Amino acid sequence: MTHLDKEIQLLKDDMLELMFLVKTQLEKCKKAFTDFDLEIAEEVTSNEKRVDSMELKIDRDCENIFALFNPVAVDLRFVMATFKVNSDLERLGDHANSIAKYILDFGEPIEDEAVESMRIEEMFEISIQMLNNVFNAFIKEDTELARKVFSKDKVLNEINREASEKTRELIEKNPEHITNYLYLFSIIRKLERVGDLTKNVAEELIFYIEAKVLKHKKVKVKNNND
Amino acid sequence: METLDTKTSKAKPTNTTNSRVMKPKIRAENVDVFYGDFQAIYDISLDIPEKAITAFIGPSGCGKSTLLRMFNRMNDYIEGFHMNGTIRIDGKEIYDPSINVEELRKMVGMVFQKPNPFPKTVFENVAYGLRIQGIKDSEYIEERVVESLKQATLYEELNGNLQKQALSLSGGQQQRLCIARALAVKPSVLLMDEPTSALDPISTGKIEDLIHELKKNYTIAIVTHNMQQAGRVSEKTAFLYMGRLIEYGNTNKIFTNPDKERTENYITGRFG
Repeated sequence: MTHLDKEIQLLKDDMLELMFLVKTQLEKCKKAFTDFDLEIAEEVTSNEKRVDSMELKIDRDCENIFALFNPVAVDLRFVMATFKVNSDLERLGDHANSIAKYILDFGEPIEDEAVESMRIEEMFEISIQMLNNVFNAFIKEDTELARKVFSKDKVLNEINREASEKTRELIEKNPEHITNYLYLFSIIRKLERVGDLTKNVAEELIFYIEAKVLKHKKVKVKNNND
Repeated sequence: METLDTKTSKAKPTNTTNSRVMKPKIRAENVDVFYGDFQAIYDISLDIPEKAITAFIGPSGCGKSTLLRMFNRMNDYIEGFHMNGTIRIDGKEIYDPSINVEELRKMVGMVFQKPNPFPKTVFENVAYGLRIQGIKDSEYIEERVVESLKQATLYEELNGNLQKQALSLSGGQQQRLCIARALAVKPSVLLMDEPTSALDPISTGKIEDLIHELKKNYTIAIVTHNMQQAGRVSEKTAFLYMGRLIEYGNTNKIFTNPDKERTENYITGRFG
């Protein structure tokens, strides 16, 4: 193992830790939302600092590898991809934090009918599956697994597109709950961004492994629900 | 600038990638090189584009210096040397018996790993190639010496003192003097065999800047052990291993996404 191999392995370990942390943050958001568990929501907000500090560490490590080892080929692609994924993960952490804050602001559980009609739990579920896909794709260096997120992101986009109309309907029906509906609407927006960022992560993994640039390209997606 | 011929071969070399956009200056086809029973080069075909920098990389003993020396017939002096295949410069086969080797070397200059100035003045070093060509016009010689030293970015550092002894210059200056000496006879190709391996980083930087400047007018082929140098200075990179051309293509492609696993393993330091 070369010196650079060791540095890259350490960077991979840190990256996995950050991915796992962000995935856990989102899982906790889901639990806090479905169980209306404010303690878990608090946990998410207090873990946000860990996400930030890991992002800074990974940034610094990438910078050092660029400066000291002049990586090329697959090593260069790995460090470049890590640098970008790191920033995406930090933003994913920010979105989890914002969702947790919305939950803390609710003041009361939201009626099931509204949650169901806005498909929020489904969104949480898909977002977590997407993060699981990229997490495992990163561990196994499996681009097929990474590609699975593209079709899932489309579902999130579709739910997001329907959200304004559904929010309007809910507000018309129960105007006294307008604040909570707006919170739900905001959570949907955040989860849609979670989908986009996770898709970016998948694209970077594909760039690292296959040297293919998928950014800003329309990707043909296979229909699969795993 | 003198050329042997302007015709180019219609035959397509087999191991080239992405070289179609640049006009080839040197075309090697199916070149085998032997030193007695030992085969140093196996069936190499490639185009070296004109007015561009082509780097040859590979582990020690891979044949990159042998290949470079084929382009000005420097291997002719090695006992047991023989070859198959063809090497054309400007379309003219340089191993053709009718070729005047001295004329060829006027056109294809060479700079070596270790600076090798003569124990003479700076002026005499640069004027040497012109004098052995029989040029006697002292005005012309002086003009060429000054111009070559300027091209090699050494003139200003000498503050006009061209009578300085070449051996009193620093290593980096001596190497630039050797480049000036090669330029004085107006070659169109410059071969450089690890030209900075004996130099400190500042001198290396100056030589690299100079190489960049020179490519406007010269076709440059450089052998280097320094991967970063190959990446910094060249447009094309050829990776050789055990006498074979493993991969040849645009430098940015080789250093970001090489096609061959062996190239990747070499440039990332995993073997060699």
